[in-house]
Amino acid sequence: MAYFTNIKNSFKLKNYINYIGVTLFLVITASMLYTGNLNRSTANLITQIAYSIILAVSLNLVVGFLGELSLGHAGFMCVGAYIGCFVALKLHSVISSPLAVLIITMLIGGLVAAVFGFIIGLPALRLKGDYLAIVTLAFGEIVRTIFKNLDTFGGALGLSTKKYGTSLFIPALIVVIIMLILVQNLIRSKHGRAITAIRDNEIAARAMGINVAFYKLFVFVISAFFAGIAGVIYGHYATPVLYSFFSYNYSIEILVMVVLGGMGSINGSILAAVLITFINFQLTTKLSGDLAALKFLIYAIVLITIVIFNNAPALQPFKERFSLKGLIAKISGKIKSIFVKTKDIDKERAKIKDDAAEWKRIPTKIDMDALLSVDVKHEKTENQPDEKEDK
Amino acid sequence: MSTFIDGLSLGSIYALIALGYTMVYGIAKMLNFAHGDIIMVGAYAILTTLNLCGNPIVAIVASVVVCTLLGVVTEKLAYRPLRGASPLAVLITAIGVSYFLQSIAQLIYGAKNRPVTIATFSAVAIGNAKINIATIISLIAGAIIMAALTVFIKKTRTGRAMLAVSEDRGAALLMGINVNRIITITFAIGSALAAFASVFYLMQIPSTNPTLGSMPGIKAFTAAVIGGIGSVSGAMIGGVLLGVIEKIALSVPALAPYTTALEFALLIIILLVKPTGLMGKQRREKV
Repeated sequence: MAYFTNIKNSFKLKNYINYIGVTLFLVITASMLYTGNLNRSTANLITQIAYSIILAVSLNLVVGFLGELSLGHAGFMCVGAYIGCFVALKLHSVISSPLAVLIITMLIGGLVAAVFGFIIGLPALRLKGDYLAIVTLAFGEIVRTIFKNLDTFGGALGLSTKKYGTSLFIPALIVVIIMLILVQNLIRSKHGRAITAIRDNEIAARAMGINVAFYKLFVFVISAFFAGIAGVIYGHYATPVLYSFFSYNYSIEILVMVVLGGMGSINGSILAAVLITFINFQLTTKLSGDLAALKFLIYAIVLITIVIFNNAPALQPFKERFSLKGLIAKISGKIKSIFVKTKDIDKERAKIKDDAAEWKRIPTKIDMDALLSVDVKHEKTENQPDEKEDK
Repeated sequence: MSTFIDGLSLGSIYALIALGYTMVYGIAKMLNFAHGDIIMVGAYAILTTLNLCGNPIVAIVASVVVCTLLGVVTEKLAYRPLRGASPLAVLITAIGVSYFLQSIAQLIYGAKNRPVTIATFSAVAIGNAKINIATIISLIAGAIIMAALTVFIKKTRTGRAMLAVSEDRGAALLMGINVNRIITITFAIGSALAAFASVFYLMQIPSTNPTLGSMPGIKAFTAAVIGGIGSVSGAMIGGVLLGVIEKIALSVPALAPYTTALEFALLIIILLVKPTGLMGKQRREKV
């Protein structure tokens, strides 16, 4: 019952805030461009931010939602960039509109990368965890080595592409919005629940009748598809497309975005992608030579501290006591209690709402373990008659 | 012939690194991504001590001490808080540690290649092939170290405790084995092996840079997987096999640019066809 009441008032600003945010950003920056207030380097920064968001969100699908570590995300991007730009070079003589070429090559690059995602998804059916991470890493390196040695794609000099121009960020941001719509609806659908179920407990998910093989391949294909698109955008922004850019380091950089934003949080990935790209952009101009290592030092410290803080079993009680959400709830509860005298019925209602909130939240593995280890109490069956009386 | 010997000596380096991987994986059940970077730290330790006093023996000892300490410290600070957490979290932390070491090294020593000469070696002619003495030394020393390690694991109390922990951590705990101590010792031994690997590496390629460890590290992991992860003899066989394959592939002009891709393709194929490797044991997944 609580579940259905939740569906009724499902329109919440929270669920749409990222579309609104990106759209507003797009409108503001695009109008700035056409009134001539946007300089070239800011436009470049926005393009970088756009493809970083695509990369981070698509990697988050694999790492945060499927729960498998992929260290070859830059490899998919590499495939997309090389194939897409190669096709673009051929298409420029046939089609005059650069936007049409961009759209066609994005689809082609994305699809070819998706094929590779399928190929890498196959080992994922047999391997897990560390082994799969190494296979994806190996894949990224293999792809790079092959493109480095193929003369059709420019060899060691890289594939020199035709730049799209400063307005590239507009189609890039539109792709971001389309991707957000697709990914968020996927995650909130039945299929999304199946994917998170596989992350939490694969054997339990299989026992519930979820087709684990299908969903694993599906996630890898989708993720690779978007990474390929990001690669094509990159290829239209930077020339030449060079194999050395898509190294293991770049995969880690995307992983840092995902971990910093929170695994399994799309809005978090977006924010982290914006933040890290911005910092990178500022640092590359200010830090030169060996000081550039400072950037990686910061990444390393961010990775270690965030992961330890979020995952260390010893820190769990500490986290629960001092979490920001808990603090806000406490304070707002106290403020409310000053102004509003709560009746018993209100409390009952609040409890039902809490139950509804439980449904909305995707449980983590720790929650699941806690649920499974505790005996089931019959609280909900007691609540339901009360709810009917209220109406 | 000389290609084969070169392959053997490269293989002995891979085997030493792979031993560290396989021990840590077998006992702590984690992939220590930072293992390759410990080799790099060992190389810089040699560089620094050689500049200070010039004695190669002191430099080697210093490198072993520094690496062992580093292994223990990273285990205590970064991995121990995460014991019992999800493997994904541990793996990401290990990647973080790897990056941390690389960037610290770059900040201190710079990104450029720095020449390190431990000692100068002459070449000997065996038949019609010329073989560097360094190659022979690293082969023999590698064999001795591996033999000593096998004896240590099979015969000593600590070694058998390590075997017990890798077999079943919970049961080992019930038998009164201090699991945390055993894991720390494993990290110490693995890092000391990495230090020896750095010595042999510098004997063959006498220069060092901050990313020196990452490629051999990943390749040694490939070797450990080929041999069957968790198995000491498997790591040795896998390491030597991979070293020989690499040198042979490098000597064929058509294959040379694709050597790395070839090795990684081998890794993927082995993982797909026989995930337990040549010598690994089959483990069943329990609910």
